[in-house]
Amino acid sequence: MPTVSVKRDLLFQALGRTYTDEEFDELCFEFGLELDEIVPPEICCLLGGDSAFFTIETTSEKEIISKEQGNVKAAGASDVVLYKIDVPANRYDLLCLEGLVRGLQVFKERIKAPVYKRVMPDGKIQKLIITEETAKIRPFAVAAVLRNIKFTKDRYDSFIELQEKLHQNICRKRALVAIGTHDLDTLSGPFTYTAKRPSDIKFKPLNKTKEYTACELMNIYKTDSHLKHYLHIIENKPLYPVIYDSNGVVLSMPPIINGDHSKITVNTRNIFIECTGTDFTKAKIVLDIIVTMFSEYCENQFTVEAAEVVFPNGKSHTFPELAYRKEMVRADLINKKVGIRETPENLAKLLTRMYLKSEVIGDGNQIEIEIPPTRADIIHACDIVEDAAIAYGYNNIQMTLPKTYTIANQFPLNKLTELLRHDMAAAGFTEALTFALCSQEDIADKLGVDISATKAVHISNPKTAEFQVARTTLLPGLLKTIAANRKMPLPLKLFEISDIVIKDSNTDVGAKNYRHLCAVYYNKNPGFEIIHGLLDRIMQLLDVPPGEDKGGYVIKASEGPAFFPGRCAEIFARGQSVGKLGVLHPDVITKFELTMPCSSLEINIGPFL
Amino acid sequence: MADGPVAELLLRRLEASDGGLDSAELAAELGMEHQAVVGAVKSLQALGEVIEAELRSTKRWELTVEGEEIAREGSHEARVFRSIPPEGLAQSELMRLPSGKVGFSKAMSNKWIRVDKSAADGPRVFRVVDSMEDEVQRRLQLVRGGQAEKLGEKERSELRKRKLLAEVTLKTYWVSKGSAFSTSISKQETELSPEMISSGSWRDRPFKPYNFLAHGVLPDSGHLHPLLKVRSQFRQIFLEMGFTEMPTDNFIESSFWNFDALFQPQQHPARDQHDTFFLRDPAEALQLPMDYVQRVKRTHSQGGYGSQGYKYNWKLDEARKNLLRTHTTSASARALYRLAQKKPFTPVKYFSIDRVFRNETLDATHLAEFHQIEGVVADHGLTLGHLMGVLREFFTKLGITQLRFKPAYNPYTEPSMEVFSYHQGLKKWVEVGNSGVFRPEMLLPMGLPENVSVIAWGLSLERPTMIKYGINNIRELVGHKVNLQMVYDSPLCRLDAEPRPPPTQEAA
Repeated sequence: MPTVSVKRDLLFQALGRTYTDEEFDELCFEFGLELDEIVPPEICCLLGGDSAFFTIETTSEKEIISKEQGNVKAAGASDVVLYKIDVPANRYDLLCLEGLVRGLQVFKERIKAPVYKRVMPDGKIQKLIITEETAKIRPFAVAAVLRNIKFTKDRYDSFIELQEKLHQNICRKRALVAIGTHDLDTLSGPFTYTAKRPSDIKFKPLNKTKEYTACELMNIYKTDSHLKHYLHIIENKPLYPVIYDSNGVVLSMPPIINGDHSKITVNTRNIFIECTGTDFTKAKIVLDIIVTMFSEYCENQFTVEAAEVVFPNGKSHTFPELAYRKEMVRADLINKKVGIRETPENLAKLLTRMYLKSEVIGDGNQIEIEIPPTRADIIHACDIVEDAAIAYGYNNIQMTLPKTYTIANQFPLNKLTELLRHDMAAAGFTEALTFALCSQEDIADKLGVDISATKAVHISNPKTAEFQVARTTLLPGLLKTIAANRKMPLPLKLFEISDIVIKDSNTDVGAKNYRHLCAVYYNKNPGFEIIHGLLDRIMQLLDVPPGEDKGGYVIKASEGPAFFPGRCAEIFARGQSVGKLGVLHPDVITKFELTMPCSSLEINIGPFL
Repeated sequence: MADGPVAELLLRRLEASDGGLDSAELAAELGMEHQAVVGAVKSLQALGEVIEAELRSTKRWELTVEGEEIAREGSHEARVFRSIPPEGLAQSELMRLPSGKVGFSKAMSNKWIRVDKSAADGPRVFRVVDSMEDEVQRRLQLVRGGQAEKLGEKERSELRKRKLLAEVTLKTYWVSKGSAFSTSISKQETELSPEMISSGSWRDRPFKPYNFLAHGVLPDSGHLHPLLKVRSQFRQIFLEMGFTEMPTDNFIESSFWNFDALFQPQQHPARDQHDTFFLRDPAEALQLPMDYVQRVKRTHSQGGYGSQGYKYNWKLDEARKNLLRTHTTSASARALYRLAQKKPFTPVKYFSIDRVFRNETLDATHLAEFHQIEGVVADHGLTLGHLMGVLREFFTKLGITQLRFKPAYNPYTEPSMEVFSYHQGLKKWVEVGNSGVFRPEMLLPMGLPENVSVIAWGLSLERPTMIKYGINNIRELVGHKVNLQMVYDSPLCRLDAEPRPPPTQEAA
């Protein structure tokens, strides 16, 4: 869930009133936001301030980040209270102060939702031409112009911060979409979005004093705490994406860095925005969000100047789309889904408060809802139903019990497990709860088995060795539990009934769980007779008689690398091998950092269902 | 009979005494070890109110072995003086006497004797005075006579430095009659025996009282794990509410069932390597229900069922990727898909509690694996009000009655609501679960009828358990680093019972 930091006083000023922290918390809760943290001024100062009020004019995200990490002292931060607000992950329209305020003001019926307009320029339309070389690396681009914008320090900061929030969320850390914003007055169109060999790209990047080739830049940014996370997106590609103006000035090398030439400042009046990406839909959403949020500060409020994008196939499209869509939902559907009885008129009013301008039409039961370009999250009638419910107030909804009549059943394997656990404890063994994931060493080397013989499933992206494989036996977990509790009085008698995982090409995913029961006895003597007695007791509980007859159980001398030679037996029950018991091999005991003799038992309880 | 001859003697003396007697004095009078008298005092004390004994400690000066010898035979210097005849004694000869060395120097410094080094056959020692007072012997005799207090502090410390005197602390009892004093104390039996029962002798025997303040001997038993005790209670609650348990015995899941089937887009952050454990082997699911997969693909990439869809290029390869399930909702999806294949539709209530896995950063409250509790109801015409009603009943069974619902976002539920409860201890609202109505884009491709709604909620098992048992570090609860003593000591899990009040500051 993204967190947006806003200056409290700025927020209240925009909302036209002040709130106590409790009141504002309540408002957030009602609207589906969460006032996550209130940062008092002195803390802001200690933290070096949040990026929402960094003071040096820059568009380098690196500097923003370094500010967030407190590397640079934020001047003038001492008298500011910050609200950190958690925003639902699909509400891109609430990721900045402007959007939050607009959403809350409409919710509280203090303003009407503004209508966003795309307008054609008086002069020539700005053109972005995509060449076919981009197809293999980053094929999509959209663009727009914010004309005659008036920034202040706070507005400018918010503009930069919104881009960062979008990059981190919907843009999936720039992999899907990357945003570039430029001072249009420093450039001259038409612009070309192409892809070139890294050695052929050379420009002065943001906040550097000289030109570098793309190869050099990728090297420089390897040590950049912020930018290094994006390098992998293009690093191993033969061609890198790049945008030029008609004079060959580099606007940006998406998704890594903008050019220094066209960087925007507080004084920038005309902004050219380009979004490049691998996901066309998301690129359009991102562009719509940026222009709807910040066209508020344009001379013609809430208007955006169109830009033309020419695709490699020669077709032209005009952006931003700023599409308004109409949806039709019946009032009784909303009432039925929420469990309320509101008139269609009231429902339309509720939806309008949620930034969804609605009116009753037709037979008086139809509600026509206008989905604005800011609400890309509305993709189905159920999204509209939810907004009606939020505006109605979740906590005003009458709670009722469904009349669904059902007879409960337990999952047979879990039912058997529950019964067995209690009798294992009654037999004097204590229940352990160990991890299903472990290291290869735990299930192989330490038990004297080769990993290839375990048929274990392997994890491709473990952060540490503790999560290399799913366990194929419960024994290592129990031995590690003993090792962590060596100070406890002996004997230690532990058991666990849980799942292990084995590769199995007969299942749809290629692996299968087995429910195992494992028990260990750890004392100054091996206690084989105790573990053996436990097996006899388990078989008694499972109503399996001793003997080799069909339906009975026997143990037969066997061997296994984990067991002391001559002290291991295989357990056969109901005509099949279900597990082993025995005295553990001293090597196993040592490898698990134990010092006493130990006997163990492990069976699959599936066959006893 | 009495509790030994010493105790008997003690009681008789005590009866005759005026007020009480001292154990050390008694020992001296009886001519026995003080320890024997102390033993008798203790055994009488155990009988209850027969005697009262007050422990007293007194300090006393005693002679050392050497001090005793001097008190008897005189100081070394005196013995040296006496051994010198009027004609003197050769120094070498004097030095061979037992007290020679120490006595010579002391007698010299007392100026009782002198040495003539010019004598013909070596140095010779002569008396200087005719007689002397052996002050050391006199003082030691005083101490031996119990009159150490007649000596000055300086004199005592000088004698102590010469290791002739020592100060000892003596612990004695001042014994007086108790409220149940009697000289005829008979021996108390400790335990009832089979013989006493058969002979009936128990009727005439006194029995030693039990000390009810002592702890009992804990039974030798096994113990259930606290987290799994809580799991049992949650299962019980679901069963009481008529919910059927879903199979969840498949930790390995395909991305398809874990994400795609839930209408979670392929670019969703949860599908990132940083959040989810993917498998290297087996890397891909072998079979997927291809008809259904096509419907899911269409819904994601183009929309349908009244949805705009996500409008992106949906890839089968991405759906095939195997992973460790990140939630049990994948099992719910499988159960709902199976349900959808059964015609006609029958309403169901499902639940599951099992492990899920996240490739997350670990801390005191987060592990890479945890247990998820999930409840699902599928029926015609279910509303948000129904979801809240079911949640109210469920949480009431957990002992949580003050609920509040907050709008939220989950990729596969709409509407979604987070469940908050008022925490009396923390004095604030805390999130206790997440819930919602499954999206039509998830249900309709499965083949469920259009007017069927599915409401669902989930919570973790670890969090309520940590709160219930007051555990701050999850590693003490789950995994091999568990504190077994905690497992041994943990009480029953009664979720709706009043929790034990937290220890106060003073107690801590």
